[in-house]
Amino acid sequence: MAENVTPRVRVPKTASKDEVIQIKTLISHPMESGQRKDKDGNLIPRSIINRFHVTFNGTDVIDMTLEPAISTNPYVEFEAKVPESGEFVFTWYDDDGSVYEDKHSVEVS
Amino acid sequence: MTTPFRMAAAAAMACALSLPALAETAPENTDPIVINAGELELPTAVPPPAHLDGAVPEIYSGWLFRDAATQVMQTDDFQNPGMIFVDQGITEWNTVEGAAEKSCASCHEDISVAMKGLRATTPKVNKDGVLWSVEDYVNDCRVNRMEAEALDWNGDRMKNLTAAISMQSRGMPVDVAIDGPAQPFWEQGKEMYYTRYGQLELSCSNCHEDHYGDWIRADHLSQGQTNGFPVYRLKDAGLVSQHNRFRGCVRDTRAETFAIGSDEFRALELYVASRGNGLPVEGVSVRH
Repeated sequence: MAENVTPRVRVPKTASKDEVIQIKTLISHPMESGQRKDKDGNLIPRSIINRFHVTFNGTDVIDMTLEPAISTNPYVEFEAKVPESGEFVFTWYDDDGSVYEDKHSVEVS
Repeated sequence: MTTPFRMAAAAAMACALSLPALAETAPENTDPIVINAGELELPTAVPPPAHLDGAVPEIYSGWLFRDAATQVMQTDDFQNPGMIFVDQGITEWNTVEGAAEKSCASCHEDISVAMKGLRATTPKVNKDGVLWSVEDYVNDCRVNRMEAEALDWNGDRMKNLTAAISMQSRGMPVDVAIDGPAQPFWEQGKEMYYTRYGQLELSCSNCHEDHYGDWIRADHLSQGQTNGFPVYRLKDAGLVSQHNRFRGCVRDTRAETFAIGSDEFRALELYVASRGNGLPVEGVSVRH
């Protein structure tokens, strides 16, 4: 199981109606590709974040598949239009079955 | 009428050509590092401490000598890849280990209060008259109070912890003591700084005092200030400790290096830190 997995998210606390805001996310994760061998020649099993899903008030914002070639500590930045106050829910899915979640609210004035 | 001028010019030219290359190149601008869009400003150029005695006109953060893309990474804690290790260091701070079943936090509690200022004033002479770096303080606590194993000086766990400790002094000017009990160590470090090592016969000063701002292979030399350590180095995709950097420099002169965590490197660490007295601790800086 991957250790020290910590999601980090930056979302503005406030926005105006229909504003397009920038969201930055990063999760610390080794993203072991499954291609490498240890010093005894045995394959190191794949262990990656394979899916990243973001919703806003229950509506899909992005839903992406992550592949083994993505490097350690995957960083994802995107823009989203916020029509109303609400909550972003960020979910990362690990190969080992773990699910990491983070939530951030945005106040629309 | 023009002849004497020409002669003077020619003489001046000849004189200039015969001078040794005093070729340090000061940075063109010395803007502060603005962290998190104005949350904190770290000056990058300050007057040199008195003991330097005019060796350099100003002391500069290594940040000024890096390219724009690298500089930007350090201005935002989200973009700064070193911050992941700071987070891991804080986890380490709260991790109970050893026979005494204690963590750092069991005694020191909040890292942001307990460790504030430590990085700015180390290395320093402890109560027994021994020069200690932050790593020594950590391992002293681990062995004697947590009754746990000492951490490897250059290992990830130690670097994460020193990064987290360093962050608590971010913005505070470096202010290491060089007099009193520290003086003999400082003198030893100074001696090392100006001693040519290795087959290439280079001292620290040959590059970092005489030629900062100039090219060395594909990069610019800095003044070799240590206020940004531990640094996130893009080349290594990880944190680099001060002693590891010293070892790398000495190795590059094709010399047998001192060991990481040796008394020699502690003394050098003190002297180099004192050359940066007045520059702010940058927490975890980002370098090439």
